[in-house]
Amino acid sequence: MTMIGLEIHCQLTNLNSKLFCSCKANYREFEINENICPVCMGLPGSLPRLNQEAVKKATLIAMALNCTTPEKIAFFRKNYFYPDSPKNFQITQLNIYGDTSVGGAGSIMIGDKKIRITRIQLEEDPGRLIYEGSSSKNQITLVDYNRAGTPLVEIVTEPDFETPKEVRDFLNILSDILANLGVADPSLEGAMRADANVSIEGGKKVEIKNIGSFHDLEKAVHFEITRQESLHSRDIVIVQETRHWDDRRKITVSSRSKEEDLDYRYFLEGDIPWIRIDPEIRKKLQAEMPESINSKKERYVSKYNITSQVADVLSSDKYYSNLFEDAHTESNAKEVANIITTELMGLVDTREKREASKFTSVHLRELADAIQSGKVSRNSSKNALHEILKSGKDLSAVIAELDLGNVSDESELSGIVALVISEEPQAVEQAKSNPQTINYLAGKVMQKTKGKADPALTLDILKKQIGV
Amino acid sequence: MNLKISALEYIQEIKTGNISVEDFVAKTIEQIQNVDGKLHAFLSVNEEAIDQARGIDKKIKSGGKVGSCFGMPISIKDNICIKNSKTTCASKMLENFIAPYDATVIKKLKQQDAIFVGKVNMDEFAMGLSTEFSAFGPSKNPWDTDYVPGGSSGGSAVSVSAFECVASLGSDTGGSVRNPASFCSTVGYKPTYGLISRYGLISYANSIEQIGPLTRTVKDSAFMLNMISGIDPNDNTTVDNKNEDYLSGIESGIEGKRIGIIKEMIGDGIDPAVLSATKDAISKLESLGAVCEEISLDMVKYSVAAYYTITATEAGSNLARYDNLRYGYDFPLEGYEFNSYISKARRNFGPEVTRRMIIGGFVPSAGHAGKYFLKALKVKSKLIKEINEAFKKFDFLVSPTVPILPFKIGEKIDDPISLFLVDINTVTANLTGKPAISIPFANSNGLPIGIQLMADSMNDKSLLQAAYALEQTVSLPEVPI
Repeated sequence: MTMIGLEIHCQLTNLNSKLFCSCKANYREFEINENICPVCMGLPGSLPRLNQEAVKKATLIAMALNCTTPEKIAFFRKNYFYPDSPKNFQITQLNIYGDTSVGGAGSIMIGDKKIRITRIQLEEDPGRLIYEGSSSKNQITLVDYNRAGTPLVEIVTEPDFETPKEVRDFLNILSDILANLGVADPSLEGAMRADANVSIEGGKKVEIKNIGSFHDLEKAVHFEITRQESLHSRDIVIVQETRHWDDRRKITVSSRSKEEDLDYRYFLEGDIPWIRIDPEIRKKLQAEMPESINSKKERYVSKYNITSQVADVLSSDKYYSNLFEDAHTESNAKEVANIITTELMGLVDTREKREASKFTSVHLRELADAIQSGKVSRNSSKNALHEILKSGKDLSAVIAELDLGNVSDESELSGIVALVISEEPQAVEQAKSNPQTINYLAGKVMQKTKGKADPALTLDILKKQIGV
Repeated sequence: MNLKISALEYIQEIKTGNISVEDFVAKTIEQIQNVDGKLHAFLSVNEEAIDQARGIDKKIKSGGKVGSCFGMPISIKDNICIKNSKTTCASKMLENFIAPYDATVIKKLKQQDAIFVGKVNMDEFAMGLSTEFSAFGPSKNPWDTDYVPGGSSGGSAVSVSAFECVASLGSDTGGSVRNPASFCSTVGYKPTYGLISRYGLISYANSIEQIGPLTRTVKDSAFMLNMISGIDPNDNTTVDNKNEDYLSGIESGIEGKRIGIIKEMIGDGIDPAVLSATKDAISKLESLGAVCEEISLDMVKYSVAAYYTITATEAGSNLARYDNLRYGYDFPLEGYEFNSYISKARRNFGPEVTRRMIIGGFVPSAGHAGKYFLKALKVKSKLIKEINEAFKKFDFLVSPTVPILPFKIGEKIDDPISLFLVDINTVTANLTGKPAISIPFANSNGLPIGIQLMADSMNDKSLLQAAYALEQTVSLPEVPI
């Protein structure tokens, strides 16, 4: 049986400051080595100052992933030399001397399958290495410490996955959950990273590191299973090792470093006293916990009669579900959901487009209402949406400017209907025996009005004039 | 100009206008120039001290608000960061390190208008108890320059005892304030763990060390504690002392107090002169109305082994950052890859630091932690239990600060184990987080002997009262410089 386990690192990007100092957690907007201070640079004499908010957010994640949360947590030092680590140790958490990480055993469901979480720990992100130079001979390594000390939550799973697809599904669900909790924006570059360990029946565990994206993770896992199966079929022993994902060649490569032999000499970080997670704090976090994606989905289906596929899409994305929550009323919910899933998603499919758009929930509500009341046709609403995304203008202004309003004036419409009847004698004859043909005639009216005829009124007038 | 006055006397003299800050500071700098050639307390002297003194005089004259230190010249151990000043830890590794920020204690003293006359010598990274392990050469004991001044805050003790400053800040990881205080006949105070912020103190063994004052009198130590203690958001291990005034009621006496005499600290290996001084101290305490009684602390015999295991482990981690990549000394990168560069660069550590780093790599390692590091932690927690029991019965514990007299420079440098054992009486206070003080008490053929008092956590105020009471019974010769 194939067994796959994951170690996911997620930055708490929504926090203001780093884990142990007041530098910004959002390091991305800084010039190189500008978001640093004596503490995150590990300068002699500096001490870590724990960001209590990070402890709360990490606990919130643990609770959302159904993990146990201990009464007291502690931090440990993981000792190793690496240029991205200014202190040459990382402050992290550990469960080997009792359960002192923010989260213990938990689980997430993907469909009907339960994926067990081993533990969740809060730790600091290291700096970032930048390689320059064309060949290995003149290669130099530069270090940017802006990221050093960013609050990072590590989520470790049991080896419960059997296929690369399960891995991908899990990561999608997890990243939706983290976004929904408001603790992180997983879409930010490097905000969410994962390592995998893979083993097949009869083989040793192989760890794969250095995987840049979730897309590549699925590929790396797939490659690794194939590689191991091929070795196995030729009776070659699969050794326990760490392999790196070669992004260029899309294969895993054995890392010659002796990483697996490293002794981290873990011991308690004396500069940060044990932290009590009061039952009061947990109660408060529970109360503040946003509605889960699953519960949202169920609510959309049961309360608004939205189809389960649409509800699924809508609830799992925080941006769209927030739009839905703000825009919908009792009467227009289905229409709002419809506009989001059939139109809007295609138009603002990237983070940049979302940020650039001037579209608000007020626009969305007015648009849904206008469609329902027949003020604009569904067809014209698409044009209106485009224009609003661009300009951010009011719906009424857009309708007026682009002349998108429905023709609902009975006398004007009667004239057009009469014209169509005179032009389509054959269809009119058919319509008398076959009511479906009416729709063909209605289509002709639509053509003449460039899609702006009020559909219900058009049908009424047609039926009246033909006499059916 | 009398440089021998205490901190409190200095403040009085300035307040009454008898002396000016400028005159006193200038005279102090002159004293450094005169005596430091043979004592080597200072690693660097503040060139701006006299200008700063003039500034404070101006403030005083103009009736402006002046901080409680009134320009008092203070020396600072070279492991405490002063912004824009070299902070070397007496190590070649940090030979060119200029701190870009002030330690919390420095910030507080600046706000109180203290003047830092200079940075003083120490054992490299505070590892040692003789100041012989300074990469920049040993300091000498002002009582006899053939002898060590103790350590690791040797420069602090020498500068106070030789009138090169009024008071000094040192740091105490296993006795590093109290040991040189005892060897140089000054007061040395190690507060309750967490009473003074360590922010800006370069870590050696962060879970047990504290900054502490070295002063001429017990009252001066209480005054310094008033200046620098208290909770600090930059150090999560600090405790709230509610702005305690350690000077008020310091003369309350020790009538009726119960004092335990730690048997394990007056047994094997103690110098006869130290033993007789200790007995004398006990009878003095009794004559002041205290009730003294022997007590056995079983774990003390393991305390030094536990201490060196724990401190080596923490040092191995705390000193890992000195890879010379971001700051340090001049050593170009060209021609090295990462691992070979840092192992080469780190050869600039001196012998004692190297020794402890090697121990620190070994004792907590996966295969050996159970036998060494975890066992040391067990000793530590048993010792804490034992001493907490003792403090249910006693208000204070008494012992000699160091079981032997100051030794000659070079005498023990090749025998690290015998050097380690000198710490036997001081490490308990660090391992248990308790406050402890060394009081100058006796003199044996020109060599000083200090007596140590220990109290329960956060009883710093009553400990200072007891120390003050004992201090009043003492009369000592003047330092022969």
